[in-house]
Amino acid sequence: MEATYNYKVVRQFAIMTIVWGIVGMLVGVILAAQLIWPTMTEALGPLAPYLSYGRIRPLHTNAVIFAFGGSALFATSLYVVQRTCQARVLSDGLASFVFWGWQLVILLAAVTLPMGLTSSKEYAELEWPIDILIAVVWVAYGVLFFGTVMKRKTQHIYVANWFFGAYIVTIALLHIVNSAELPVTLTKSYSAYAGVHDAMVQWWYGHNAVGFFLTTAFLGMMYYFIPKQAGRPIFSYRLSIVHFWALNFIYMWAGPHHLMYTALPDWAQSLGMVFSLMLLAPSWGGMMNGILTLSGAWHKLRTDPILKFLITAMSFYGMSTFEGPMMSVKTVNALSHYTEWTIGHVHSGALGWVAMISIGSLYHLIPRLFGREEMFSVKLINTHFWMSTIGVVLYIAALWIAGVAQGLMWRATNSDGTLTYSFAQSVNAMYPFYAIRLIGGTLFFAGMLLMAYNVWKTIAAGKAVNDARIPQAVAA
Amino acid sequence: MIEGFAVPDFVSDFWHYYIAIITAVGILFSLWLLKSQSVVKKLAPGEEAELMHPVWDGDLQELNNPLPNWWRWMFFLLTVFAIVYLVIFPGMGKYPGTLGWSSGKEWQDEKARVDAEFDKVFQPFAGMDMMAVAADPTAKKMGEHLFLTYCSQCHGSSGQGGSGFPNLTDNQWLFGGTPDDIKNSIAGGRVAEMPGGLAGDEQGAKEVANYVLSLGGKPHDATLASVGKEKYAACAGCHGEDGKGMAAAGFPSIVDDAWQYGGTEAAITESIVKGRKGGMPAQLELLGENKVHLLSAYIWGLGGGQQPAPAEPEVAPEVAAEPVAEPATPEAAPATM
Repeated sequence: MEATYNYKVVRQFAIMTIVWGIVGMLVGVILAAQLIWPTMTEALGPLAPYLSYGRIRPLHTNAVIFAFGGSALFATSLYVVQRTCQARVLSDGLASFVFWGWQLVILLAAVTLPMGLTSSKEYAELEWPIDILIAVVWVAYGVLFFGTVMKRKTQHIYVANWFFGAYIVTIALLHIVNSAELPVTLTKSYSAYAGVHDAMVQWWYGHNAVGFFLTTAFLGMMYYFIPKQAGRPIFSYRLSIVHFWALNFIYMWAGPHHLMYTALPDWAQSLGMVFSLMLLAPSWGGMMNGILTLSGAWHKLRTDPILKFLITAMSFYGMSTFEGPMMSVKTVNALSHYTEWTIGHVHSGALGWVAMISIGSLYHLIPRLFGREEMFSVKLINTHFWMSTIGVVLYIAALWIAGVAQGLMWRATNSDGTLTYSFAQSVNAMYPFYAIRLIGGTLFFAGMLLMAYNVWKTIAAGKAVNDARIPQAVAA
Repeated sequence: MIEGFAVPDFVSDFWHYYIAIITAVGILFSLWLLKSQSVVKKLAPGEEAELMHPVWDGDLQELNNPLPNWWRWMFFLLTVFAIVYLVIFPGMGKYPGTLGWSSGKEWQDEKARVDAEFDKVFQPFAGMDMMAVAADPTAKKMGEHLFLTYCSQCHGSSGQGGSGFPNLTDNQWLFGGTPDDIKNSIAGGRVAEMPGGLAGDEQGAKEVANYVLSLGGKPHDATLASVGKEKYAACAGCHGEDGKGMAAAGFPSIVDDAWQYGGTEAAITESIVKGRKGGMPAQLELLGENKVHLLSAYIWGLGGGQQPAPAEPEVAPEVAAEPVAEPATPEAAPATM
């Protein structure tokens, strides 16, 4: 046992990544359709409340971030930490506990959110008993990960593991602080914070969920799968040090940009803005380190659709981390805040960066977990790539236009100083863009179905690998 | 601290220093970090970057390329921007910045400027009789703009109302339909609440509902209505023994066809069980006298406006509403506003 890697937990999480990806994105597609046809689910009669927009919107965000993204991170981090430390996970039992514990969290979310049980904190809607379960599973994950790092045979800790480590520690901190709440009943609690403090703690959490869950951790994924797939060394060791520390340090300050022009004191808004702007540098540092790793192997982009996924993900990462700092500038924020632009920005990160780097990594990972040379069909990977790319571009382009139009309509005034458009008119103007967004989202979702088919055929032709031997020699 | 508010941002100077110091240290840390990792020399043309020694997982290695120069400059300049911004604007704890800018002050200045500019637009109509204003095409256009911005969310874009929100285009008025009545409703707001549970449980409410229907001469269950008659005593205090309400106090008639929350047996029962909490927020402080004047004229002109009592101009507006002849329903007290 000791001389092999634990691929079982990696395999479990990898499969669930695809399952939850499909579920989460399907809910997203339903939501996008509801924005066009608000009464479409009313035909379901007594079931309709469970599918109402307000209830399944958090279901969508939780499913794609924590179920899909989370499973992808568990799968890749536990694979990467074992292989780059030349050590089996600290404990197989703990690994099983983390897998089943996390699936239980997801299942409870999938039941309670449609029931309308929510703490009403965005991206932290789950009620207190589930919060406690998350904390327990997360601590177990931390012990499992860092315990494996401690067991390593290699002298140095591989850069991907710095990023995974930072993410695990920070998410524990964020989750526990933001979820501090006073239970009233089994399904109802009140936040420990009130008023503007509550808002600030929430967005300190909320933005760092983006910063650490959806960025730092996926950079860890990038630092393993891009050099592996490209067969090239990482571009710059020094760059990885600067952007690692700068990214982690500066992200912590960026939360207030979600609360521009609110009751949050001016000093906090200013700090949120200047640190968000500075964040551009370490973000692009990561992007450069990923993309320039391909130096000397650019030709592989033509033939390897997995590399296409990974590098396109880096491009979207660079694009949305440029957009984000710009949107945090107060004057830009005055236009963009509360509009569809924000939703577009989130999805250029979530679909373009997070989902595409995960999909690329899984296409690399799945054959290795099932004893195959490559995926069942490389051609289908290529098709999937184009579906995803076109889907994301349609999605974010539609919402850019929609958001800017919305922002301009809200601020347009007549010669007598009154507003030119009523709110309902601005909603009405959204229809064409909502339709394009639905098409883009559906395309991305359909790509996931294609992936599921490809994975299914790969698994059917292969056999679960449980004897991946750990090399005993340590390369100097 | 925002101008005009007594509560400071910090409960003690400790927090001021706490914020200012970690901000300064954080920015210096970023600069130090950048400098500390800029040790690798720029590669000469054709020179290969050093390949670092450790190897992970068979083939993973790192090159030691220098930080891209443009990237170092970008990082540096963004940090300089942060420092300059925090000198000019508030950010370092309670330090106000060299400009003395605050969002509260910016808002106050902007509002004062806009008010001054647009008061000129509304001023010409301020002293005019509202019925004359209602006939003025310019005023009508401006009134419509105001209505769409401030009123349409509840009353609908054409003033037709909706369940729970009064129709402003008919001649049914809860609080009177003369220009002054309407202006009072907008300026000071209105409260139209009915307590729930006065008729006991669901069954009791249903009985009363049928009695109410019988008062208005509408189809009803006579058996239920006869039981409900007794329980109606709890309602008569406001709606009157005859169900015609009291217009002066804003208690609606329940014998006509104008129902705020629906006139079916089920809807009336629901109103009795749960009560109703109608309310129109006061607008004078938000909009100012001139806009309220224009809006009142616009709404009066939507079709339901009533002529003011000609003979007694000094009579309080709310009372003035009642004696006015209403050709459509001469007997009914005003039911909706």
